[in-house]
Amino acid sequence: MRISIDPSLCQGHGRCYDLAPDLFGADDEGYATLLVPDGRVPADLEDGARLAAANCPESAVLVLRDAVTEEVTR
Amino acid sequence: MSVDDRFTSDASTLRSDPALGTFSEIVSGPVRDWATDFSHTGEEWARGAIGIWDDLRQRCPIAHTERFGGAWLPTRYEDVAAVAYDTEHFSSRGIIAGNFRPPRALAPVGGTPPISSDPPFHHDARKLLLPAFTKNAVGRQEESTRAFCASLVDGLAGRDVVDAAADYAQHIPVRVIADMLGFPPEDGPRFRRFVENALEGIDLPPEERLARSSRLFEYLLVQIRDHLEHPREDLTSYLLEAELHGRKLEPAHVAGTMALLLIAGIDTTWSAIGASLWHLAGHPEDRRRLVAEPGLRPRAVEEFLRAYAPVTMARLVKDDVTWRGVEMKAEDWVLLSFPAANRDPAQFERAGEVLIDRQVNRHAAFGLGIHRCVGSHLARMELRVALDVWLDRVPEFSLADPAAVRWSTGQIRGPRALPLRIG
Ligand code: HEM
Ligand code: SF4
Repeated sequence: MRISIDPSLCQGHGRCYDLAPDLFGADDEGYATLLVPDGRVPADLEDGARLAAANCPESAVLVLRDAVTEEVTR
Repeated sequence: MSVDDRFTSDASTLRSDPALGTFSEIVSGPVRDWATDFSHTGEEWARGAIGIWDDLRQRCPIAHTERFGGAWLPTRYEDVAAVAYDTEHFSSRGIIAGNFRPPRALAPVGGTPPISSDPPFHHDARKLLLPAFTKNAVGRQEESTRAFCASLVDGLAGRDVVDAAADYAQHIPVRVIADMLGFPPEDGPRFRRFVENALEGIDLPPEERLARSSRLFEYLLVQIRDHLEHPREDLTSYLLEAELHGRKLEPAHVAGTMALLLIAGIDTTWSAIGASLWHLAGHPEDRRRLVAEPGLRPRAVEEFLRAYAPVTMARLVKDDVTWRGVEMKAEDWVLLSFPAANRDPAQFERAGEVLIDRQVNRHAAFGLGIHRCVGSHLARMELRVALDVWLDRVPEFSLADPAAVRWSTGQIRGPRALPLRIG
């Protein structure tokens, strides 16, 4: 699983870094950053990734299953 | 020491002359039909807003009123989100829907940047504030907030019935923002009056409202001058030094932002804390669960923010437009009801129920899009700490007199009287 943040949508609500602090951080202005290289989510943090995506008010967190299947959830 | 000549004139120079704005006729009296004559300023709204939105969402999802010079009320999540994201058609020049519209010439800055600002100015005015309000930055206020909440509970000792709104919730955001702006803590009771004037009293005669709001700016000028003489590490000194586009901020920008920070954080957070305690007082099973499971509290806080979202904003329609089937006129108000959106069954499962362990909760209590509440991390911290301290210290409480609970009128919704039996 991979995650990414759409910076054109992120408004810094911080739900992602509240709910999954191992995957998401905040920059100096509170916008989300990724803490895992290339957005690759370790298997034990997949639930956190889904939770963050499901709670982002701006739908700015993208969760991509393996690139091949291209299934995208926001 | 060099004198800052931005602040040598009197307080009237800190804001545009309100006489340049427009006043509409004050229409009060009971609402005939919520779909065509709604009003957010009466007791019926205060008591029953949630039912009113649920009803309107089904039979007239974009309601209208001739009051306030013309206003609209969308109640579906989809429509509220669309207005929030649409800065082409809707302006933030006015955000408190009433009988006064700020002068048109104020756009895109508005009287209280960034909440009153439109793009492109908005972005830069907002950027100035963001670093002071990140989750990390507000974490520095947590310890003192916790100590202050504990001192408020200490003050309740020996009483069986307390007013959790007036004796507890109200004081917390007042103290926090006074500390951040660097205002004397003993001025707290005055802030309450400033907030009341700005957000309630919508139907008062214009001269009265203006006279009251000039007192706020007179107060701010005193604080500004004090900070110029004795600069310190707080938001007021920060704003006085801040630069935008290579120059220090206009005096009206400094004062407008200070007014915003003072007003935006008080009634809102007070309402959120009060509504959460009100819910728990009436739902002993939820109360016992949160007392026993502190780990669940952050999730419960999000659900309280969804179900009892305190803040409705407003926009002004820029030009005549047919919007989703209704004919909006330039200068009409649109109420941006994040609370109604948060209860839309098309967006939330079991929208009408309060589920303190709700997992998926994409609520909009702090707004959507470019104006997302700058204070959201601060407000969340205050709410969490206020509930932590209360639940740990006062685990047993119930409504002392349900009929005596009084909810606010206007755009900020929360309990203003909340008698609880404790212990
Ligand atoms: C539970 C408490 C709070 C709620 C529910 C809340 C809600 C909101 C909402 C819905 C907006 C969006 C306005 C719009 O779209 O026009 C907003 C904006 C804002 N809030 Fe809050 N607020 C709360 C507490 C605070 C606090 C504690 C502060 C800081 C002292 C604060 C400062 C601001 C500011 C500066 C803006 C303007 C942001 C902009 O226009 O870019 N709020 N708030
Ligand atoms: S929850 Fe969404 S909007 Fe908020 S910081 Fe994370 S990605 Fe950005």
